[in-house]
Amino acid sequence: MSRLSKAAALAASAAALALLASACTGQSSPGATDDASKDVTITFWHGWSAPSELKAVNADVARFEKLHPNIHVKVQGNITDDKINQALRAGGPTAPDVVSSFTTDNVGQFCSSGAFADLSPFLAKDRIDPAATFPKPMLEYTQYQGKRCALPLLGDAYGLYYNTKEFAAAGISGPPKTLSEFDADAVKLTRSTAGGYSRLGYMPDFHGYESVPGHLAAQWGVRYFDAAGKSQVAKDPGFAAMFGWQQRLIASLGGFAKLEKYRSGFGDEFGAKNPLQTGQVAMGIDGEWRMGMARAAGMKDLAVAPFPVPDDQASTYGKGYITGTITGIAATSTKKNAAWELVKFMTTDTDAVVSFANAIHNVPSTLAALKSPKLDPDPAFRTFIGIAQNPGSTTTPPSVNGGAYQVTLQDFGYAYESGKAKDLRAGLAGVDQQVDKDIAQAQG
Amino acid sequence: MTAVHPALRARRRRAALRNLAFLSPWIIGFSVFFCYPLLSTVYFSFMHYDGFNAPVWSGGRNWSYVFTEYPLFWPALRNTLWLVVVMVTLRVVFGLGVGLLVTRIRTGAGFFRTAFYLPYLAPPVAATMAFVFLLNPATGPVNHVLGGIGIPGAGWFTDPHWSKPALTVLAVWGIGDLMVIFMAALLDVPREQYEAAELDGAGAVQRFRHITLPNIRPIVMFAVVTGVIQTMQYYTQPLVAGKVASGIIGNSGQQFEPGYPDRSTLTLPQLVYNLGFQRFDYGSACVVALVLFVLAMAFTALLMRRRNGFLSAED
Repeated sequence: MSRLSKAAALAASAAALALLASACTGQSSPGATDDASKDVTITFWHGWSAPSELKAVNADVARFEKLHPNIHVKVQGNITDDKINQALRAGGPTAPDVVSSFTTDNVGQFCSSGAFADLSPFLAKDRIDPAATFPKPMLEYTQYQGKRCALPLLGDAYGLYYNTKEFAAAGISGPPKTLSEFDADAVKLTRSTAGGYSRLGYMPDFHGYESVPGHLAAQWGVRYFDAAGKSQVAKDPGFAAMFGWQQRLIASLGGFAKLEKYRSGFGDEFGAKNPLQTGQVAMGIDGEWRMGMARAAGMKDLAVAPFPVPDDQASTYGKGYITGTITGIAATSTKKNAAWELVKFMTTDTDAVVSFANAIHNVPSTLAALKSPKLDPDPAFRTFIGIAQNPGSTTTPPSVNGGAYQVTLQDFGYAYESGKAKDLRAGLAGVDQQVDKDIAQAQG
Repeated sequence: MTAVHPALRARRRRAALRNLAFLSPWIIGFSVFFCYPLLSTVYFSFMHYDGFNAPVWSGGRNWSYVFTEYPLFWPALRNTLWLVVVMVTLRVVFGLGVGLLVTRIRTGAGFFRTAFYLPYLAPPVAATMAFVFLLNPATGPVNHVLGGIGIPGAGWFTDPHWSKPALTVLAVWGIGDLMVIFMAALLDVPREQYEAAELDGAGAVQRFRHITLPNIRPIVMFAVVTGVIQTMQYYTQPLVAGKVASGIIGNSGQQFEPGYPDRSTLTLPQLVYNLGFQRFDYGSACVVALVLFVLAMAFTALLMRRRNGFLSAED
């Protein structure tokens, strides 16, 4: 074979393989033609794994099956977003019909890529008005650019946890409401040793579990994107204020290096050695689930309050960061109408939402459920219900590339808190540029 | 031109077919598991593809994004090269050193061979988590011991200056595989050569340099080439170390920053996963995969070019 023939054969093989590769693209079809009144089995994937959580999920599904005897639900727990993404892309008979995810960050990806089916026709069919059913932040994080491909399935609200025993010992009468009160309390509660701390008032470092920029910036009521979808963290004064506050608090508590060394000795966030539960920190930002975990670990001195607000926004005290579990229907599902019945039940049936929220210790995700008298009357839980209902509470918006913009902001946060990045303005402008570049790349 | 007898031609054809039949498992494997993925990777590196929607031609967009806009690429490349140079060198040096040691030990040789080999059998995730615990700057026993003798302990996996050395310590701890290979090679060196050298008055260093090393050069070459390829694929240990040390191991919706701390443990295989299976930017993931492939080929070619000076004709 001549050299030319060899080259031509190679090129032809490459082209054939390329065409073959391009043919395997896993297209999805959005139609819903199944009959939900016939006997059918659907698959529901969720991420809960603790025995008490599994019991609650199964009880919720059992209630649904009692109401819909023809629809059988095959439940698969302990599913991560990575598994969801792979299964939705692979499709096929083993792929799920209904999917729930703990993170709202991927909703933008799920909606824009077409991984989740558009729920608007189903909502319209059953005359469900999302705006009249779900709280505003939850409505925001379950859609992307007007396409509603998910619904909230329980929410998470973030607040301030504080150790009442340590507060009493330090002579602090109640939880701080403004950040200047908070800072003073954090210093007052801190007990330094030669090389570190015997107890820290508050861990301000961005690796301090839930004390990430996204959760804290909510107290300033920040907006991440402008109307055109461009990143605007440099323009929104809340971000600079948040980073400035965090920097000052780090300095007043002993400096980044000392704090980081102390932080590295913390136990697992979701284990029994969480620093709030071991008493290594006296205050912390965390979600509503922490109280149940702390009580299960035998801790009785932990109380909750809304996280403090900036001094110049004192009137907005009571707000916080909101996120939660979301659920949607796989675009590859051939049983979308039956799947919708389960989604509708789990997300809009008030009694179902309330009993599930009580069992899981999560915030309910409908306006009716938030006001339900059947809701857990525990004062700690009620604090989070208040945060969820507060009109000033905000969330992190969906983006076409998931939570990549939050990682970029966090990345800058790590550089700024450690002193590696010194120019806050330039750093935030750099975050905007990078976020816009990443979004442009994701949009293709 | 002389005509070939039909019977001879048929015999040759049968021989060729027989050879092809014997070769076919390799040909199929090579085509399916090497050529096809490689060509697909090249193809998708020029496409915008998220796994759901049909791929769209994007020209050199993915290439320019990875090289000029994606902030993690260059730190990951630098880290990977650092690990290739330092980790491979130290693993070979320590593997050879321990191999020499255990071949010389006369009492309790079996115990020492087992003791040095066992760490290699530890699952990578478990071993990494154990090292993060041992090297915890605040509560880890290593820093306690160091502090006890007046040496201030490092930040290890939490300090960007020490995280790669900490990974290297972990890799060197698991040199059992190299030790066994070197041990076998060392035991194969003809004893009479050492005896002749000793009669000529050669010292230990001279014996190692002029007898041991020339005899085991092919094995050293093998260790270096496979070490380079393994390190190019280094994924599990830095990912686990970064996640555990950063505290973000739960699934509460927190976004994981790959390469903790300060991108210092980020490697190219982690980028392939991040881009391909977290951002679903398959095109850019293919670009990084191709960079890895080219680098691995270049390193191997460079080492093989040194082959003439490194290996003897008998090797």
